[in-house]
Amino acid sequence: MKKTLVLLAGLAVFGGSAALAQADFSGQIKARQGQFQILAINLGILGGMAKGETPYDAELAQHAADSLVAVSHIYEPPLWPEGSDNMSLDGTRALPSIWDERDDFLSKWAALGTAVSGMQEVAATGQEAIGPALGKVGGACKACHDKHRAPSG
Amino acid sequence: MRKTLILGALAALMAAGGVLFVTRAQPVDSAVFSGLTGDAAQGEVVFTAAGCASCHHAPDATGEAKLVLAGGQRFTSDFGVFLAPNISPDARAGIGSWSLTDFAGAVSKGVTPEGQHLYPAFPYTAYTHMAPQEVADLWDYLQSLPPSDTPSLPHEVGFPFNIRQSLGVWKMLFMTDQWVAPDTEDETLTRGRYLVEALAHCGECHTPRNVLGGLQRDAWLSGAANPNGTGRIPALTPDKLSWSETDIAYYLETGFTPDFDSVGGHMVAVVENFAKLPASDRAAVAAYLKALPQPAEN
Repeated sequence: MKKTLVLLAGLAVFGGSAALAQADFSGQIKARQGQFQILAINLGILGGMAKGETPYDAELAQHAADSLVAVSHIYEPPLWPEGSDNMSLDGTRALPSIWDERDDFLSKWAALGTAVSGMQEVAATGQEAIGPALGKVGGACKACHDKHRAPSG
Repeated sequence: MRKTLILGALAALMAAGGVLFVTRAQPVDSAVFSGLTGDAAQGEVVFTAAGCASCHHAPDATGEAKLVLAGGQRFTSDFGVFLAPNISPDARAGIGSWSLTDFAGAVSKGVTPEGQHLYPAFPYTAYTHMAPQEVADLWDYLQSLPPSDTPSLPHEVGFPFNIRQSLGVWKMLFMTDQWVAPDTEDETLTRGRYLVEALAHCGECHTPRNVLGGLQRDAWLSGAANPNGTGRIPALTPDKLSWSETDIAYYLETGFTPDFDSVGGHMVAVVENFAKLPASDRAAVAAYLKALPQPAEN
């Protein structure tokens, strides 16, 4: 009886770890890539106005900026489980440094929050305010991509 | 018989001497530089466009500290790891004791004041196209930067690449003062060529290399393997890079791609530099890229 229990426990542990090894984290990866896509779409709206390619629209600019802020409020750690880096899985450019230097990664996400809040404050005040605010958002993107994202391809 | 042997030995010695002579480190003509006076303000523009700080600032330096050119960043390649040296004006650890001619020899010929060949991880094959006046301006500006007494570290390069004399052969094979793009009357394209091919040394990463590490100039800017591992450095030729000139210039200013992804990797440093240059320079690079010929079919 005792032997059977031990065996069962062993099987459970084994089964558990097998399930872990199979986890592909595709949900988390889709979610985090999706949030960056939402950022890109809204930055595109603001960028079009900054470049003068689309007419300035204060209300639309404000909506876009609000969306950036909304994304920046997403609590990140659940989207970045251990083992979902580009060395472990295909389909992601997330470098292991995200986990090795977690504080740095999270502080860079926080810096994005600061930058998009700046955009939120000025987006509706006029076309000329968009460019400089966008520059700061771009700086936050770059700072993190410089260190924590692998090149594409 | 004995005579023949001696003659043969002599011939062999002369041949070896000839090789040593041909592959010797050849510095610049000092007459070209002795009459020049540098302008530090102009030199700062050259410094920014050439991206000197991006490789020579200390690892993880940020903000103003990037102007302390203490060296120490590591550059991985198929031939070993190269460590950027201290090029701050410190007389002992840096290059403060150099003359303008010494500096010009290093920048445009890849030769140290002691007559040693430098490794082409330092992009002198691009800087060799720099105008002598701009070399003088850059030298003046570099001397105005803060000194650092951090010693330069040796490269981690194994045999046979640690034989610097062989670089003389390498230079004969792969270093040229010819431009890739043809001469043109168009001032924007000419400026773009100067920025892309000389100062910003774009070809160093965006052009594929042969097995000896020489740039494949017939595949100019057609994309290459990433020397630091994963991914590829993208092609910039018009068949691959579909961005408009405005898109390219905007990317170099802000780091945003046309679909508002953002720049990453070492290109972040490049964009940081280009953002400080006049808008006309970013436009010139964009014009140059769009005027590139389609690469030959492989």
